Amino acid sequence: MNAPVDPKKLIKGGLHDWEVIVGMEVHAQVSSRAKLFSGASTEFGAEPNDHVSLVDAAMPGMLPVINAECIAQAVRTGLGLKAQINLRSVFDRKNYFYPDLPQGYQISQYKDPIVGEGEVLVDMADGSSITVGIERLHLEQDAGKSLHDQDPTRSFVDLNRSGVALMEIVSRPDLRSSEEAKAYVTKLRTILRYLGTCDGDMEKGSLRADVNVSVRLPGAPLGTRCEIKNVNSIRFIGQAIETEARRQIAILEDGGTIDQETRLFDPGKGETRSMRSKEEAHDYRYFPDPDLLPLEFDQAFVDGLAEGLPELPDAKKARFVADYGLSPYDAGVLVAERASADYYEAVAKGRDGKAAANWVINELFGRLNKEGLSIEASPVSAAQLGAIVDLIGEDVISGKIAKDLFEIVWTEGGDPRALVESRGMKQVTDTGAIEAAIDQIIAANPDKVAQAKEKPTLLGWFVGQTMKATGGKANPAAVNALLKAKLGIA
Amino acid sequence: MSVDERTVRRIAHLARIAVTDEEVGPLQGELNAILAFVEQLGTVDVSGVEPMTSVTPMAMKKREDVVTEGGRAADVVANAPETEDNYFLVPKVVE
Repeated sequence: MNAPVDPKKLIKGGLHDWEVIVGMEVHAQVSSRAKLFSGASTEFGAEPNDHVSLVDAAMPGMLPVINAECIAQAVRTGLGLKAQINLRSVFDRKNYFYPDLPQGYQISQYKDPIVGEGEVLVDMADGSSITVGIERLHLEQDAGKSLHDQDPTRSFVDLNRSGVALMEIVSRPDLRSSEEAKAYVTKLRTILRYLGTCDGDMEKGSLRADVNVSVRLPGAPLGTRCEIKNVNSIRFIGQAIETEARRQIAILEDGGTIDQETRLFDPGKGETRSMRSKEEAHDYRYFPDPDLLPLEFDQAFVDGLAEGLPELPDAKKARFVADYGLSPYDAGVLVAERASADYYEAVAKGRDGKAAANWVINELFGRLNKEGLSIEASPVSAAQLGAIVDLIGEDVISGKIAKDLFEIVWTEGGDPRALVESRGMKQVTDTGAIEAAIDQIIAANPDKVAQAKEKPTLLGWFVGQTMKATGGKANPAAVNALLKAKLGIA
Repeated sequence: MSVDERTVRRIAHLARIAVTDEEVGPLQGELNAILAFVEQLGTVDVSGVEPMTSVTPMAMKKREDVVTEGGRAADVVANAPETEDNYFLVPKVVE
């Protein structure tokens, strides 16, 4: 909160430089088969109202019974956020009226959440890192979905999502720029996906953020904040913060004041606008849900879940740096997705870790990005890429030929080692063959040979010609050595 | 603590209960009677007493993460005044 102000992060207004303060409430859908308090399915994309139990539809007399797996998922997430786990928590009713909330209240946790304070370490693109405080995580029900574009006078309500378990993860106002906010959500998403507690699929709404934005002159007390509701992509989170901060700065520099309110971000128009604020301020009239006893479990339950946790991104990154000699940046790229990290480890095992990282990051990721494919859909397996790295390491092929080989494996598949044999891609280390090629080139270019004695940089031209003559298969080190000797370059 | 007329109307509105002007006065009286009773309870010293959450000490019942319900959309919307393709239809609500 009181970290020194970094002038680079300030936003220039007409009169002053302003500091932007951001805190976030991230709603992450819990990965579970059934809903938080009913036995209806959580699966996405069903026919309207097909995944609805009588509890979710709030039929009179129906009682909620909590899903044990959702509790475990919340605890796992809390552990992943290095947070305090509360052995006793309480479910409350948050009362409000909306057609897609059939109960007339959302079952949530208010004063006593299941998870307390924690923190997330966020790596920034420039190599620095920030620690973002987590205030709490609580379990709550999702609402149904309303469609407003089906009919001019009617809204259509589908309760399939109603009652699905959400984790609301509340950060402290520790973020100081849109970049930091985006990096925070990205990191949070990575942690959730590693833990397997939320699939992080933003397109399906599994991860949504309410973003609290305020601005102040550096060192001044916190300004009035506005809450931008339901931003559903990381890019939009960044845009919404920039847009909202500039709107507030313009108002303040004109001598105005900010009204605390809830706003919506419209990516199409690039603006935030007030949600026709409910005539009265929020009054949720929270009270403990009389249908549910307090949620209690013992430390042994928590310890058991802790033992089952996978290696998390921070630990994996540190291990990649220590064990494989990677730069923190490369390690960070590799651990961003668990599947990428697993793929890398399969390639790196028993091989040169740096060479493996270069091939995975530069060639494979580059190609996957270009084709819009995920690592799971990679046409080149870790075993195949490993074989290519081996062939380079054994001096069987040059780095340049390896790229051609990668291309063949990508498009046609096959065993790289066999391909090198069958397609005659082996590097020529036989100095006799290379020498013959060089002799021909020297004989054909007497003028260049003469120049080369004065201008040793011409060596490059000869190397190029030799590689061309040998179809790129000549061992570059051998070519260099032979050429230097024959041209008389020291 | 007691409620005034405005508060009665506000609570009714939050709960989406239609209350006529004639009903406000009597409701205010009833609510204040209840609040007076609660106030009486409030004089009891309960410092150090855990709030009772259950008459018999018991742990909250939990369910396994298994899909046991669903697939009855027609039943779910059966009581709705208006439906289409198993959606509930309501007067348009747009923020």
